[in-house]
Amino acid sequence: MALLLPAGLGLLFLVLPLVGLLARAPWSTLPQRLTEPAVLAALRLSVQSATLATVLCLALGVPLAWLLARVQFPGRRLVRALVTVPLVLPPVVGGVALLLVFGRRGLVGSWLDATFGITLPFTTTAVVLAEAFVAMPFLIIAVEGALRGADTRYEEAAATLGAGRWTTFTHVTLPLVAPGVAAGAVLCWARALGEFGATITFAGNYPGRTQTMPVAVYLALETDLEAAIVLSLILLTVSVVILASLRDRWISG
Amino acid sequence: MSEPAGARLLDAHLVVERGDFRLDLPLTINPGEVVALLGPNGAGKTTALRALAGLLPLSAGHLTLAGREWDHPDRRVWIPTERRPIGVVFQDYLLFPHLTALDNVAFGPRRHGLGRQQARQRAADWLTRMGLAAHARRKPRQLSGGQAQRVALARALAVEPALLLLDEPLAALDAGTRLDTRAQLHRHLAAHTGATLLVTHDPLDALVLADRLVIIEDGHVVQEGDAATITARPRTDYVARLVGLNLYRGRAAGQRVRLSADFGLTTGDRHDGEVFVAFPPSAVALHPRQPDGSPRNTWPATIAGVQRHGDNLRIQLNGPIEVAADVTPAAAAQLRLVPGQRVWAAVKAAETRAYPAG
Repeated sequence: MALLLPAGLGLLFLVLPLVGLLARAPWSTLPQRLTEPAVLAALRLSVQSATLATVLCLALGVPLAWLLARVQFPGRRLVRALVTVPLVLPPVVGGVALLLVFGRRGLVGSWLDATFGITLPFTTTAVVLAEAFVAMPFLIIAVEGALRGADTRYEEAAATLGAGRWTTFTHVTLPLVAPGVAAGAVLCWARALGEFGATITFAGNYPGRTQTMPVAVYLALETDLEAAIVLSLILLTVSVVILASLRDRWISG
Repeated sequence: MSEPAGARLLDAHLVVERGDFRLDLPLTINPGEVVALLGPNGAGKTTALRALAGLLPLSAGHLTLAGREWDHPDRRVWIPTERRPIGVVFQDYLLFPHLTALDNVAFGPRRHGLGRQQARQRAADWLTRMGLAAHARRKPRQLSGGQAQRVALARALAVEPALLLLDEPLAALDAGTRLDTRAQLHRHLAAHTGATLLVTHDPLDALVLADRLVIIEDGHVVQEGDAATITARPRTDYVARLVGLNLYRGRAAGQRVRLSADFGLTTGDRHDGEVFVAFPPSAVALHPRQPDGSPRNTWPATIAGVQRHGDNLRIQLNGPIEVAADVTPAAAAQLRLVPGQRVWAAVKAAETRAYPAG
């Protein structure tokens, strides 16, 4: 009994805000609200940038996960620790760090500006980069776990049949860990969709260009509470759908 | 070793050191020959197979196939697995679970440069030869153990390997399927013109499938030869157990072989010096009292254990020598064979065989 009371309070604490959100939702005006151009623009931008960030994370994160799982090299533990830093780093600090590197006067940014005339901060590309920076660890951890769990003897079997490293990776390893990669990608996408701190720091809040849903929620809070609730409802729905789709993989243990 | 060097397809001296373990295995295989590498668990069988496949580098020695060096650490020669013309049937087959039987078999030919259609055609041909044409579209998990084994064999043979490696190919099958599959495997191995190495701990697989047996214990060859020689003249306890013989080592003077300070046997063969003495458990007769009359080896013994062995009972006996004896259930009933019971064991000299240990 001594444990049941705090357990119940804990559950209440987690669920009550969501209930509050649903209770205060302007259900009657919801259809109009959802189709407002500003909401749709934020939604479209969020989905697009989260998807692009996920593609970027897949392109870079899967090979990195493979490196961590399959190749013995000195400093591997350090690399793994570095990869997970964005998980614990406050996103706003990540945004500042991105600004310092990719900003017009940044390490890479000044070179990009001088050589190609490209400026990243406060563009949609910056949104994608900020989201990828924060979300990539989720993908890497999921894929590395899947790779470690996969039986490497299948890769040996592929080698005996004449497959080199690349063919083995694309034809045997990746299909074997496909469920893990898919779960990692979904998780990565969800994290990118909800990303706020790094985005607003590195990309700002230009409507239609860098104003994603979470940023829009934050700004709407000051001017139009109902709009903020509607936007929040959308994000909540997306979260629940993702949770449901990953139910077997992440929740049941 | 009397064949000319040119006849050998595989010519290897496999030396692999890992911690305290050292594999030191000279191995030659002729074209079309099937050699069984037989040994207890931990003897180094799988290590040898992995070294041949290039999944494990040699520490020393050499590995040459058809005159081409694959691995020669002294000369820094190393051909990686994917560039060795090999086929491997793994113990649990390792069929790619995401591919159909057909695509599993086509995987090798495709990697060896065939086009998609040609590779699939060749795979289909192999599945037909294995009697699996109807199962081509199935995923590995939809196949029975025997079918999966044949797909694995087809996958290994479809690349037309110069060296075929089989790692306990029948170990994962139940007894009934194993009998059937062994017969089929025998047919396919006979048709294979390359060299074949069969790694197994099952003496029956080795005797049925192989032309020559190489027996290793603790990384070293303890006996090598054709099935008839090895079953007749085992040279270690492990081999004797494999072929089901009682085996002892002693000093012979004529027909008398001294096994210990106060125990000896009379054998059917005449020798002088160090010899092995072997006789089957069925040659041992058990009596409640000391038998007399006939020219037999007799000694008192104590029953240590009783097990079923086919239709008979196998009795483990302690005494001056440890012996396994096979008796019929009828005989066992008369003798009241229970552990601890004292009996007399008898073996006719003519049923024992002695051969030089040197």
